[in-house]
Amino acid sequence: MLTYTIRRLLLAIPTLLFISLIIFLLVDFAPGSPMSQIPLTIPTEVRLKMIEALGANEPVYVRYLLWLKQFFWVEPLVMLDGIFGTNWSEGMQRIVSWQSRSPVMDIIWQRLPQTLTVVGSAYVVGVLIALPIGIYSAYRQYSWFDQVGTFFAMIGFSVPTFFTGVVLILVFSVNLGWFPSIYDTSLRVRDWDTFLLQVKQMAMPVAVLALYNAAQISRYMRSSMLENLGQDYVRTARAKGMPERVVVLKHVLRNSLIPVVTVIALGIPSIFGGAIITEQVFKVNGLGALLINAIQGSDLPMVQTLTFIFAVLIVLFNLIADILYGLLDPRIRYD
Amino acid sequence: MTDTSVIEKPRNQWADVWAQFKTHKGAVIGLAVFIGLVFFVSLGPFIWTKDPTYINPNAAEMIKTRNKPPSWEFPLGTDQLGRDMLARMMKGGQVSIAVGMVAMSISILLGTLVGVMAGYFKRLDGPLMRLTDLFLALPLLPLLLVMVMLFRDPLARAMGPEGGTFLLIVFAIGVTSWMQAARIVRGEVLALKEREFVLAARSIGTPPRRMILRHILPNVVSPIMVSATLGIASAIITESALSFLGLGFPPDFPTWGRLLFDGVDYIQQYPERVMWPGIAISLTVLSVNYIGDGLRDALDPRIRGR
Repeated sequence: MLTYTIRRLLLAIPTLLFISLIIFLLVDFAPGSPMSQIPLTIPTEVRLKMIEALGANEPVYVRYLLWLKQFFWVEPLVMLDGIFGTNWSEGMQRIVSWQSRSPVMDIIWQRLPQTLTVVGSAYVVGVLIALPIGIYSAYRQYSWFDQVGTFFAMIGFSVPTFFTGVVLILVFSVNLGWFPSIYDTSLRVRDWDTFLLQVKQMAMPVAVLALYNAAQISRYMRSSMLENLGQDYVRTARAKGMPERVVVLKHVLRNSLIPVVTVIALGIPSIFGGAIITEQVFKVNGLGALLINAIQGSDLPMVQTLTFIFAVLIVLFNLIADILYGLLDPRIRYD
Repeated sequence: MTDTSVIEKPRNQWADVWAQFKTHKGAVIGLAVFIGLVFFVSLGPFIWTKDPTYINPNAAEMIKTRNKPPSWEFPLGTDQLGRDMLARMMKGGQVSIAVGMVAMSISILLGTLVGVMAGYFKRLDGPLMRLTDLFLALPLLPLLLVMVMLFRDPLARAMGPEGGTFLLIVFAIGVTSWMQAARIVRGEVLALKEREFVLAARSIGTPPRRMILRHILPNVVSPIMVSATLGIASAIITESALSFLGLGFPPDFPTWGRLLFDGVDYIQQYPERVMWPGIAISLTVLSVNYIGDGLRDALDPRIRGR
């Protein structure tokens, strides 16, 4: 298991390097240079100096290698400095956003909490809804509960999140006025009242994302349960006189959770991608909104870094899912 | 003496599939709804001949026709520039469904090509599957956004704003969604290669090209069809998501996603302008997903005939 993990980690390095190269080159093709927004009245030599100041005049490979060094060497050092109060990264050049002229990673750290609170809690809520629904749907296959569950799951992954979000805004903010339609990032939870406000403004984005996630995960849970309910060991357990509760919730559930856990792990990075739209609908000031802003402003370092972070998350959670599968299912051995 | 009249007619495989498909109630309703929607967007403009982009050149007249509620003249009302919403819904649906179909075709073509190559030729298997894994590890939505941002203007200049954007979006969605199909096809091909009929065909010296076209491909049609159906749904969602983020088709060119995006600004006064395109997108995707569900059951010989 350990050798497998190490091998996979080593394999992840060339994959990530290749992805970073693809992302870097793709973004670098951008015709919309940040300089195109400078007024034409500025003389050419000043314009050239400005491009030079941004480092945009170097050849592609120099910028790529510099970006790699900044991402993998300078930024971790900065992080260590922040934790331990050392000054290893002193005088080193960090990845700087072209839009705001401040380090990209600092902005990402500022935006991360919003994304994590909204998207993270939506994922947790989604999983918590999906598991019981999936279990009961499978246990009572073709019952009315199962039919309704199937229908809602179908709606959950057919109706795009931007439409559910807009409908929720229409019903609950415009018509009923229960929840605010815009997420207020500057709200600090200090007492009971601000906590209530926070819950209120989180309710709709969380509901949208949770519905979407629950739809998918409940389907996996249901089919996995169905597969296990037909197994011989279930009949054996029942024949031994086990109470139905124990058969379903202990024997079947534990075995059925193995693939579902890996699916849940695999879904975590894609949440960040899917959340781009939801963040845009509810104006949550998170990573997705940051990416859209950077794309619209041709802020190349920001786009490259953010996209690459998403790629790292995907590779990382793929690895975690595979390792979890091996840990949970003793029949799977990667040797 | 045997009675020859009891011999059943030989049954056609596709008749079997259709018989099984018909038992799936959701799939039949989905098919009906989808055909209805396709008729609505393709034949509708011949019956409802209003121009979806017509703005009254007389400014005073234009202001009078703005933001009209539903009436006999404008069954779905008009938008903020006095354009007829029903005609815009039809035009938008044409684009959305066309994007879904073409993008799905590209992704299925690519996926089948990669899958068959990887499954059939052992030498290509490793590199092609690494490539597939690589694509699966890419953050697709951000990359799509980046691609649209980068190439929209040059392509629009080269081929006109509509054709260029259409090609770009269709191509971008196709290139980022072929991986699932490739994996499924590869698995099927690997299993097929071990079958006797393939061995027999090879032993009489069938060249690889005919082998693939005659023996392998017809046997992987079922999984391809299922993933093609589901591919339409996801392509339509992706296109409308791009339009919704303002990175899709140009503003005067209606698609369902674009109409929804435009309607959000007026959600307080005219909520129906968001509802119509939203319902259209959801209904299309829902019906296509149900068709895919029914097809999967109908094409699975283990379920069929039970």
